[in-house]
Amino acid sequence: MSELAEEQDIDRSKMTVSDEIAVEIIKMNKWYGSFHVLRDIDLTVNRGERIVIAGPSGSGKSTLIRCINALEEHQKGRIVVDGTELSSDLKNIDKIRREVGMVFQHFNLFPHLSILENLTLAPIWVRKTPRKEAEETAMHFLEKVKIPEQAHKYPGQLSGGQQQRVAIARSLCMRPRIMLFDEPTSALDPEMIAEVLDTMIELAQEGMTMLCVTHEMGFARKVANRVIFMDEGQIVEQNEPEEFFNNPQNPRTQLFLSQILGH
Amino acid sequence: MSGTHAHTVGFTRDTMIPQADPPMTSVGAIGWAHKNLFSTWFNAIVTVASLALIFYVLAMIVPWAISPTWESSSLSECRDILAAANGGESGHGACWGVIRERWVQLMFGFYPSHLHWRPVAAFILLGVALAPVLFSDKVPAKLLYFTLAYPFIFPWLLWGGTIWAPLSVAAGFGVGYLAYRIVSAVAGDLLSVLAGVVAALVWWLVLSGYVVDALAGLIPIGLEPVQSRDFGGFMLSITIGVVAIAASLPLGVLLALGRRSDLLIVRYLSVGFIEFIRGVPLITLLFVASTLLNIFMPPGTDFDIILRVLIMVTLFATAYMAEVIRGGLAALPKGQYEGADSLGLNYWQAQRLIIMPQALKISIPGIVSTFIGVFKDTTLVSIIGLMDPLGLTNGIRADTNWNGIVWELYGFIALVFFVFCFSMSRYSMYLERRLHTGRK
Ligand SMILES: Nc1ncnc2c1ncn2[C@@H]1O[C@H](COP(=O)(O)OP(=O)(O)OP(=O)(O)O)[C@@H](O)[C@H]1O
Ligand SMILES: [Mg+2]
Repeated sequence: MSELAEEQDIDRSKMTVSDEIAVEIIKMNKWYGSFHVLRDIDLTVNRGERIVIAGPSGSGKSTLIRCINALEEHQKGRIVVDGTELSSDLKNIDKIRREVGMVFQHFNLFPHLSILENLTLAPIWVRKTPRKEAEETAMHFLEKVKIPEQAHKYPGQLSGGQQQRVAIARSLCMRPRIMLFDEPTSALDPEMIAEVLDTMIELAQEGMTMLCVTHEMGFARKVANRVIFMDEGQIVEQNEPEEFFNNPQNPRTQLFLSQILGH
Repeated sequence: MSGTHAHTVGFTRDTMIPQADPPMTSVGAIGWAHKNLFSTWFNAIVTVASLALIFYVLAMIVPWAISPTWESSSLSECRDILAAANGGESGHGACWGVIRERWVQLMFGFYPSHLHWRPVAAFILLGVALAPVLFSDKVPAKLLYFTLAYPFIFPWLLWGGTIWAPLSVAAGFGVGYLAYRIVSAVAGDLLSVLAGVVAALVWWLVLSGYVVDALAGLIPIGLEPVQSRDFGGFMLSITIGVVAIAASLPLGVLLALGRRSDLLIVRYLSVGFIEFIRGVPLITLLFVASTLLNIFMPPGTDFDIILRVLIMVTLFATAYMAEVIRGGLAALPKGQYEGADSLGLNYWQAQRLIIMPQALKISIPGIVSTFIGVFKDTTLVSIIGLMDPLGLTNGIRADTNWNGIVWELYGFIALVFFVFCFSMSRYSMYLERRLHTGRK
């Protein structure tokens, strides 16, 4: 586990949790065929929370956050995002996807479009933003992730770390209110992990509501206000980072932490 | 440069090595030949044997093809010319007079000769209409409006008749769109599309006939009509080929999407169509077009034979195209769909902006193979009596002047087909290079 490159100070002035509910998951269940992958998930995320979800491989972390923007369909229980309930109604799904950004392990940039086109596509077609305005926004976010000079290259010409930062910028261009991260750094070489984590820290400092599946425990300690541990499709333990790492209660959590932090 | 040597032997470079030319054996013609043709003994033997074979074939063809018979007007005259050139003995050589005399026919069939300018104009305009599609980076996009109008200009130039007919067909799309807009204000998507289709069909099948007659009576603008049975030669092959190619790509895309659709009925219909059409030889479909179809038509309807053939060849090409494109779709990583979904793009936006551009690019070699196959398959229409170049050869060889001619005719036709197919193949290589966007 690579710790963050340098111990920078984190500005916590805007990292405040409000009373407003961003995501509410109630008794949610999901099956793949007959395989019960998520079991009775209850989770309430307030606006401004930074939640890290950890757990062994196959425990259902990806499936959980992919249910939040309906990339996977849940079969039982309720998911309410920003006051809109996820149902089979396509209008609700579209609405939620516009408000929720997602960053994937393998970036999922569009290789046939330039970086700038990757960033402006959804604002132009989904939000109906005029092209010029969309391009200005895109350049703004490219500067934020520190690669404005790459705007006219193609994804295939960028390093992994750069691609992941483009992917984050692409989500931000839609001005989402909630960001989901599914192992954003686990496909990256160690020296590139820090640059992506720095971008994510910056986002947290601006008060973004974030749900991150990650094994970067340094990031969790520093940025998260809550760490959730999942195993076998259920939430086994959740706590503030200090308590979670220093004083885990459930034996499964203890085993996981000893494996991941141990040696 | 903190190599491991640093710990064992101290070393620091004081002069840098300048850029040098590579050794002779690896560059230039000699270097190339050495590397590619004579690198091993086996390679050298293969090279020599291949050269010998090429020489042998050329030694047979070239003297035969270079033959002073261009001006001859019958096979016996050819023989006389060749014998004279060979000092009295019967000579060996091609008889090109048949091409000189019949090439116009091979190009246009029995299309009236004073109207030949019309197919010529149609094909020149075809080039103009294709330019913005084929060379989108070099041609102004405004030309696409002409491309949209071309499907109505093309049949009018070839078949002639009143200008109101193609205009009325075009108007049908407007009528459909209007109906769609009106209904979509009060009803859902599916219903609006249905209303649009019904309105367009009503226009085309019922109203359009009266409107065209009325307008043609009032303002008689038109071209001299030409009958389908006068169509022939490469003009016919290219017409069938171009229409089938141009229509099969969009239809194939829809069918490929249908085969992957979540809607059960759409999926089964697509699979059924593809498997049925692919399971039947094209020639069978052509026989259906030429004979069976008339049985099902109300008596007296005149359903143009070329139109029937066009529909059959298009359906055939569409089924193959759908499978080629499905291959491209399957090759796309799931992440591309998820990326598009997570940004809130709807199904058709994701298909048009993300999925299809990539799937089609992957499928370019297969698509062009299908195009080439369709174009060559147009020669099958000679079997149902249409006068494509192969159909015309029968008539030419039955002519007493040219009785006995074989190689010259088929060689000429093969050459023309080769030029078209080879151009398509080269274009596809160009397109793949142009669409290449960096390492994978
Ligand atoms: N499409 C699918 N069909 C069937 N089973 C699936 C599918 N996707 C995931 N699974 C199963 O569901 C379980 C949870 O998968 P998930 O990807 O959510 O795990 P994860 O916690 O994200 O693991 P990892 O850390 O390896 O990414 C796994 O056992 C996996 O095999
Ligand atoms: Mg996962």
